[in-house]
Parts: sequence; structure tokens; C-alpha cells
Amino acid sequence: MRLWQFHGGVHLDGHKELSSQVPIAQANLPKFLIFPLLQHIGEPTEPIVHVGDKVLKGQIVAHCFGSDCSLMISAPIHASSSGTVVAIELRPVPHPSQLTAICIVIETDGQDVWTELNAIPDYTSLSPAAVREHIAHAGIVGLGGAGFPSHVKLRPQDIDTLVINGAECEPYITCDDRLMQECPQDILEGAQILRHTLGGTKRCIIAVEDNKPSAFQALSQVAQSTSVEVVKVPTLYPTGGERQLIKVLTGKEVGRAQFPASIGVVVHNVETTRAVFRAVTQGRPLVSRVVTVTGNGVDCPQNLEVLLGTPMREVLAQCGRKSDIEQLIMGGGMMGYALPRDDLPMIKTTNCLIASGPGELRVPPPLLPCIRCNACAQVCPIHLLPQQLYWHCKAKDFKRAQAYHLFDCIDCGCCAYVCPSHIPLVSYYRYAKAEIRASEREHKKAEQAQQRHEFRLFRVEREKKERAERHKQRAKGVDSG
Amino acid sequence: MPFKTSPSPFLYAPTDTSAIMRQVLYALVPGLVIYVYFFGWGVVINVLIASLTALSSEALVLWLRNRPLRPSLSDGSALVTAWLLAAALSPFVPWWMTMLGTAFAIIVVKQLYGGLGYNPFNPAIAGYAMLLISFPADMGKWPALTSQPGMLDSLSIIFNGHPLTVPTLDALSGATLLDTVKNSLKQSYTIQEIQQHPLFGYMGAKSVEVINGVFLLGGLWLLYKRVISWHIPVAVMGSLFLISTFFFVWDSGIYPSPLYHLVSGGVILGAFFIATDPVTAATSNQGRLIYGAGIGILVYIIRTWGGYPDGIAFAVLLMNITAPMIDYYTQPRVFGYPK
Repeated sequence: MRLWQFHGGVHLDGHKELSSQVPIAQANLPKFLIFPLLQHIGEPTEPIVHVGDKVLKGQIVAHCFGSDCSLMISAPIHASSSGTVVAIELRPVPHPSQLTAICIVIETDGQDVWTELNAIPDYTSLSPAAVREHIAHAGIVGLGGAGFPSHVKLRPQDIDTLVINGAECEPYITCDDRLMQECPQDILEGAQILRHTLGGTKRCIIAVEDNKPSAFQALSQVAQSTSVEVVKVPTLYPTGGERQLIKVLTGKEVGRAQFPASIGVVVHNVETTRAVFRAVTQGRPLVSRVVTVTGNGVDCPQNLEVLLGTPMREVLAQCGRKSDIEQLIMGGGMMGYALPRDDLPMIKTTNCLIASGPGELRVPPPLLPCIRCNACAQVCPIHLLPQQLYWHCKAKDFKRAQAYHLFDCIDCGCCAYVCPSHIPLVSYYRYAKAEIRASEREHKKAEQAQQRHEFRLFRVEREKKERAERHKQRAKGVDSG
Repeated sequence: MPFKTSPSPFLYAPTDTSAIMRQVLYALVPGLVIYVYFFGWGVVINVLIASLTALSSEALVLWLRNRPLRPSLSDGSALVTAWLLAAALSPFVPWWMTMLGTAFAIIVVKQLYGGLGYNPFNPAIAGYAMLLISFPADMGKWPALTSQPGMLDSLSIIFNGHPLTVPTLDALSGATLLDTVKNSLKQSYTIQEIQQHPLFGYMGAKSVEVINGVFLLGGLWLLYKRVISWHIPVAVMGSLFLISTFFFVWDSGIYPSPLYHLVSGGVILGAFFIATDPVTAATSNQGRLIYGAGIGILVYIIRTWGGYPDGIAFAVLLMNITAPMIDYYTQPRVFGYPK
């Protein structure tokens, strides 16, 4: 199959061998499970249980307020084990801004009793819409890290290519690699279910970076007699980005303003695909996921199938936590974010935890001035001019920064990675984006206030006129009367 | 226990601006060694004077600007400026001229604009141009190729203005080939006649072509190390080659050969070491090609029709001004936008 190339990208030391050698193990059942109400991109959910309620594993504890999740950009949240709701309160959640948010806290009873599951023995007998609704109710979101509700990307709208993303280009992460090696059949079936849901796509491609030969092998074997193509793509960060992968596989570019669906392509992650398989064939909603726990801060880096809501501390302990963890990072080494504490819950988008040992993650050397060497532009997968963006963001010339396509930036970090002056470029862009969004919100608010004010003036004027009119009428009436 | 937090990415390539500067210095060493072999120790003395001046000027301005000294002094950029300027100067220039040029380069051209990364003009070449305009006679006095002054003579020439072992400096010096060719052409000699001049080597000036050849090797090493990209050197030399070929074919009696242009004067040093200064050059690959081509063409124009024997300094400075505009008009197409 012919492959294309996107501009730039970087070859990274994957650090994957740390965790990629051991089979996926089951994480322990923790004493408490914590469920933030927002674990995806889109509308937050509302709790439908109360403190003191008994819940079973797989039971919905929160869903969209006032509407069916399958009609919204949202996903319900399920209890990942049986127990009692002991609190619905503000708790710190994993978030780059170290937010607190309302969480449902469940004390587990150790029984791990499932609620009644609604499996679909033969999904082909159901309409795509029905399967899609089933997937939405299973709470499945993009498990590659983005967390976009999967059912939204399953509307049948002339999709001819389904891409299953097994590129896993981020350093340190190996959960998809292990899953592809250990459950290739599940992924393959999941892909077929997704195809059916999309109204039957002509092509289905599973893309695997060529640094994962065993995963490629395993998938190729099970896909042999099917129409699913398993494709090796060159290892180059960020090939696993949805739009970069589409470019590599089809040569087509999906810009910021478009969705992949507009060119007939839909991309789902391999673990998402497995979750769909489980949801449809076993009726099992999304209550657990595979998480890579790695870094020199733990004795046994490995992949664990973790119940959602499990505090990170428990998982680290199970992997032989060392006393000298320097940083705790959720996600990969390029796009993850550092967490200040370890009592945060694992959520649907937690694909990896890096517990770094002393000196493992290089602290950037002192900042030097930009010498305009252009190394950043050479590696930018979006073909932006990162150094121009940097000058404008630094000068707070946000208009100019937007003219240089600031919002096309995907935060991949390639520019900051190669910068010989160690300038934290991505931080500058994030800052500028946040400032622009905030000022746009302000602007909108001011506009609304202005409209309200103008309407009020208009209303006062109108009422005055009406009153005058009434007075006149009455005066006339008195006259004639 | 709270963990340290910092923004992503958490991985960094093992590259470093100071390391880049150091590599540029290493790449200059072989050329300078050959330089000493042909022209004596003057260039080494100039390198030392320029280095000391550059570092102390930089320190002075940083002190005045209340900036930390260490990071800027140790980034190596001042030394690169110093070495490049010294490599471009005649080994006979008096000590104060080297100092003046270097101090001007660092204080006025670099630091007054904000220091490393902010200067619109290449400091070394601007310092050189300042000296060239101010002291044309001294700047044009180069060693004759017949004899190399020794260490003591070189020291004496630089600090006293005359050699020790021979009576006058004029006995040791002579015009450069570029000068000779220019003047001879004015006197209506043909190129074929001028080529009989003892200064002529294989393609350009004897020894100078060898020195330039070694600078070329240093430049190729920088390319190999990916400190510079190929675009600027290739565009400079390619455009100079094309335009000189055109005129050479037109009338080889009055227009010297393209090879003569490439190996003479400061083209190679300029193309690989000075025009590639990222701070003052265009940044995109396409922009770099335009920028380099502009330099090559300007070198030819200045050499052929201008008042100075060599044009590389002015060509680079003129193109420095255009770099922001070139960058503006050579923005790449952003991913997902129509072609």
C-alpha cells in the first residue's frame, strides 16, 4: 500500500522497552473508587445516584442531564465495581490546571458484582443506529488520550475508510502495543462492528508503527482471511495524531476547520475498538482500561488493566513504587502533563502514568535566546513557523500570532523538543491560545451586555410611548365622555 | 507529597545553542591553520586580539545592561564573531583596527540591538565592512606570496606597524589577486594576459585558493553535522557560478571564469560561515535559497562593476536587510490549507 509523509516530525527514543515486555496484568481492586463527572470532551454528566446508594459494577452512576447521552457529545459514567456511594463532592482531578471537580466516590465491597449486562449476540441483525446507541450507553470515549465520545464519530455519513489507530507514537506508552499483541481478535472484531455502525465502510485499515513488529504480526495473522488491511507505518512522532495518520495513509490533509468525516475517513484507537467489541458482544460498558505504568520511579514498569476511578497511588504501589519519584506524568513524554499528587483517580483518558526517577526526564538547561535556526519549523508537522509564533506570542501580539495560524498548532511539542536554546515554545502557544479565548469570551460578554442595554433603552422608550398613547386615549375618552 | 510539575514536553533533543557555536569554531580551525602556513602568525594574533575584545565588549555591555554575564559569555557567539572577523582580516592590520572592528561588531551591531538573536546584521561582517570603508588602504594590504613573515615579524607588524627583519612592510606585502585583476582590467588587459600574473594559481589566487579549499572542508563538516543546511551555501555559490558563467561565455576576455570567482576572496568563508548565520538569514528553505542567490548575484555585481575588489561583505549586509521580507513572502502552506 502506498504511504504518504507529513512534513517534519521527530524520531524519539521511545523508552518503550521499559514496559513492553510483560503481559497485561490485572490491577488490584481498591478500597475507594473516584469518578469525576467529566472524563471526556463535551458535555459533563450529572450524578444519578445519592450518597448511601448501593451500586453494582457496570451500573450507570452519572449521565447527561435531561437528555440521552447518545444524542449529545457526552458519555455516561459507570461504576467500575460494586459498593456504596459514600460521597459526591469536590475532589482534585487529573487536569493540567490542577482543578478540583465534583466526583462520585464509591467504597467498594470487594464482591465486584456485575449488574445485568445487555449483550448483543448478533450485531449484524441490528441497525447501525441501534449499535451506535448501544456504544454511546456503554460510555465509550476515545481511549488514545483525547477522550472524544466515540459514538459521535460513528454517524454513518458516507464514510468509506475506517482507520484503527495503533500507531502509538508517544514515548513510554505501550498499552496499545500490548493490547494488539494479546487481543488482536477482539480488536479485529471491534473494527468490524465499527464498520457496520458506520454503514459498512469500503476499507478498514489498522495502522501500526513499525517499531511494534509483534503487534503487527499478531494483527496480520488474525486479519488474514478478512478484508481488514493491517499496515505498517514508519515510526515518526506524531504519526499517531489523527490527522497526521490520515495524511500518511491517504495523502489527504484534514485541516483544523474540517472533520476527518468530511473526506470520508473515521479514526478510532485500538483500545477504543476493543472497548466497542466488549460493549457489543459482552454488554460490558467501559469500566476499565489498560494503563502503562512506567518510568524509573517504579520497580516493575508494566501494563495494567485498571478499573476506572482507581487512585493512582494504588496502581503505583502495585508496580513497586520507589521513594524517589520526581515527577508523575499522565500521558506520554511529549504531550502528557505533570500531576502534583498521586491521590488522583485514573480516568477514561489515562493511557499512561510515567513515574520518573531522579534525572530520568532531562530538566531543560538554562534558556538561551532564539537564534532563528529554524529547527522548529523543520519539524513542525503542521508546517507552522514556530519561531515567528514565539516572537508574536512573547510580544502578546495575538492578532499576528493568529495570522500565523496559532490555532492550527496541535501542541505536539516537536518544536520545543528540538529547540537548541531550550525555549518552552509550546507553553508560549498555550498561554496565547488561553489569552485569546479568554478575551473572546470577554468580548462576547461585553457584546451581550451592550445588546441588553440597548434593548432596555428601546423597551423604556417603547413603554414611555405606549403610556403616552394610553394617556392620550384616556384623555380622548374623557373628552368624548 | 507533591511532585514537581512542569509543562510538556518532558523530553528534549540533545542539542544546544552553545554546542552549535562551538562546532562553528571547530570548523574554522583547519582553515586558520592553513592560513598560518601561508601567511604567517598574524592571523593567530588577530584571532587572539579579536577574541579578547569580543568577550570584554560583551561583558561590558551586559554589565551596563544589568544582565547576567555567564550565560551570554559562555554561549560562544561572541567568539564566533571574533574568529570570523579575524579570519577575514589581513594578517597585517594593526592591532587597534582588529579591536575597533570587533568592538563595533559586538557593541553596536549585536548588543545595541538586544544581543544574540536580535541583531538584524551579521556582527562579524558588519564590523569588517566598517573597517573596509574606514581604512581601505590598510585593509587592502595583504602579504605577498613570496615570503611568510615569522612570529616576531608578525607581532611587530601588528603592534609597531613595521616588521623586524626586513626594512619595510611594503617589502612583504602586495595587492590581492582580486585587486590586481580589477586594476589590470581597467588598464584594458585581457583576462588571458592577466592570467600570466605570478599571483595566479590553478583557478584563483595561489595559496588563497588552498586556504579557501580548507575553509570549504570546514563548511562541509558543518553541513554533515547539520549545524547549517545546504540551502544558503549552495544558493550563494550556485548563483555566483551561473551569473559568472553567463558573462564568461559572453566575453571571456574581460569577464573572469566562474571558478576564479568561486575560489577567490571571501566567497567560501562567506557562503558557509557568514551567510548561514541563522540570526540574520532568511529562515525557510525556500527563503534561504532566495537569500543565498541574492548574495551570489550581489557579489558578482560588486566585484565586476563596483568600487571594491570583493563584494561578499556588502552582499551579505544587503541581503540581511531583506531577510524579514523574504521570510514574510515564503511562508509555507499550513497543513490542511488549500494548495
